[in-house]
Amino acid sequence: MWLRNNLNHQNGMRSLEVENLTVSVEGKPILNNLSLTLPKGEVHAIMGPNGSGKSTLAKVLAGHEDYVVSSGAVLMDGENLLELEVDQRARAGLFMAFQYPVEVPGVSIANFIRAALNARQGEGDSFDAIAYYRRLYAEMDRLGIDRKFTSRSVNEGFSGGEKKRCEILQMAMLEPKYCVLDETDSGLDVDALKIVAEGVDHMREDDRGILIITHYQRLLNHIIPDYVHIIVDGRMVKSGDKSLAIEVEERGYDWIKEEMAASV
Amino acid sequence: MPPATTVNPDSDLLTETVFEHFQGRHPDLPPWLLQQKRQSWMEYRSLPLPNRKMESWRFSNVRGLGVDPFALANPINGHSRAALVARSQDLDSCAGRMVFGNDDLLENSPLSWEMTEKGVIFEPLQTAFSKHSEILEEFFMAQKSALGSEKFAALHTTLNRNGTLLYVPEKVEIRLPLVSRHWAFGENAAVFPHTLLIARDQARVVFVDVYSSSEASSRQFACGVSTVYAGSGAEVEYHHVQNWGERSLSFNTLTAIAQRNSRIRAFGMNLGSKYSRNEGHSIIEGPASNAEFYSLTLSHLDQEMDQRTRQTHRAPHARSNLLFKNALLDSSKTIFSGLIKVDKAAQQTDAYQTNRNLLLSPKAEANSMPGLEILANDVKCSHGATTGQLDDNQLFYFLSRGIGKLAAQKLLVFGFFEEVLEKIDNRELAEFHRRLVQEKFKRS
Repeated sequence: MWLRNNLNHQNGMRSLEVENLTVSVEGKPILNNLSLTLPKGEVHAIMGPNGSGKSTLAKVLAGHEDYVVSSGAVLMDGENLLELEVDQRARAGLFMAFQYPVEVPGVSIANFIRAALNARQGEGDSFDAIAYYRRLYAEMDRLGIDRKFTSRSVNEGFSGGEKKRCEILQMAMLEPKYCVLDETDSGLDVDALKIVAEGVDHMREDDRGILIITHYQRLLNHIIPDYVHIIVDGRMVKSGDKSLAIEVEERGYDWIKEEMAASV
Repeated sequence: MPPATTVNPDSDLLTETVFEHFQGRHPDLPPWLLQQKRQSWMEYRSLPLPNRKMESWRFSNVRGLGVDPFALANPINGHSRAALVARSQDLDSCAGRMVFGNDDLLENSPLSWEMTEKGVIFEPLQTAFSKHSEILEEFFMAQKSALGSEKFAALHTTLNRNGTLLYVPEKVEIRLPLVSRHWAFGENAAVFPHTLLIARDQARVVFVDVYSSSEASSRQFACGVSTVYAGSGAEVEYHHVQNWGERSLSFNTLTAIAQRNSRIRAFGMNLGSKYSRNEGHSIIEGPASNAEFYSLTLSHLDQEMDQRTRQTHRAPHARSNLLFKNALLDSSKTIFSGLIKVDKAAQQTDAYQTNRNLLLSPKAEANSMPGLEILANDVKCSHGATTGQLDDNQLFYFLSRGIGKLAAQKLLVFGFFEEVLEKIDNRELAEFHRRLVQEKFKRS
């Protein structure tokens, strides 16, 4: 593991690199000199108390315009992500699963995902509708989503669990290089959590990096992360393996804050 | 008709001599009709042109409404006729289709033998005026225009000579839609399409009017009138697709009269014309009836879509609903003015009116004037109008999936329209509407 990680570090062409990122919203600093390397083939978890800046990181990576990057860089396989528009980032291989997926009345899930796939096609490429539906149904079956949902409007009237499953469905269909899951476990009951986690775990592979942002470690019972990072007050304060997540679960975040205060 | 060589083209212009020339062209009109036209011509000449001080023309760009540059449309030659007919095969499954070009019948796919046996009439007005004069003398232009276009209705009555008579006798149900395709051909041509749909008691029918120009960029004048009668317990679905050339001036007045327990649903699609004025009037004549008016508009460039509606309730226990949705691109403009009018006798009325505008450009302008006039005291009525832009969160969601801004905007407009399109039961017909919107986007 260490060896592969080191090799990946040397090869920025196979990782998502966040370097000394400082971000503010409406003039207020949220992320402070934050660095992170997510190599392909690994799953990293970011944990932190409320307001620590976890979700900000997800939104900055996706390119939300409310967040101003004042310094630092993000490289995706060596490409400067921050120079790309939101849609370009996605087409380049980044996917963010939203904490609160928005409802889109009148646009069916099938049409939505199809439009996203179409956007990735070259001019003049034909779209194989039969193959598309075959794949869509297979992924829906895996995620326990009723096939009738293809014609339902995106997220409209969905339960919390249905929304999150729909995010994972999109992620599976779009086959991104890097996935960022923003509090995907929030609002899920035990059964939905298991299905969603299995869906994510199924997407683990050598050519994909997965970043799980979460407040609790319960999702990590199903998806064992290679690394766990703790963010407090917009800073990366601690990294470790799965046991760190368990420690946080048992002891909360205060001991980390105390450690931080002691080290200042 | 005088020999063609002696005709001065100027004489066909819609100026003060046009009626004489019209009569010269069509010497065989039935006397009752000629009488009606004479009267309308006088009315047309005595009525003032619209101006902005008139309440019914508020916000309209009335300067562009002069009809003088337009001329009576000429017959279309064989080759072009065939091309237009070929372009009129929109629905694979329909119970009958007529194709008109410059108000001449180009093609008539007749009704099935079974429908004819049952007494259904689907006939061009040109022949119906004499063949079914008992129906036409009673119903043709029997509804007065009430929403501001009286002058244009009078011009229509004067110069109309063709269109659709659809008569469905009692208890006859026609499952598949019937279609009339109206084409305008030639620069500055003026056409006057008419639709008269009569569904007798407990009849059921779906009828589609499609108006377009041979060239999407052409300039013509269209002045149409459609009237829908639903007898007791009848169910009528009427579609009105306005897709005239984008430099055209067009008017249409739709009046729908609902008798006891009947249901009328009207779907409008507005895509064409430089300036288009649509007046829609639903009249609740019988108790427990239901009239629903839906309309979708996608405007671009400097198009102006002027929509005036009225829901008149004359009988109790009835319901009317109206939902007009406009999506505006570029520096286009829409006007919606609607009134729910409930007479004293119309107790326990349920009447709703909603206008929603989606501005897709900072230069687009949507005007909305909803209104209520209620004389009964036991009613449920509401009206609402909203104007907004694309939702930022929705847009970000689309972008974050790699969908480009234009594609996202298009999908969101389709989503906006779906609330109306999903009400259309016939899937092919709903798909036809979607295709037209798609084609309009391609022109944008």
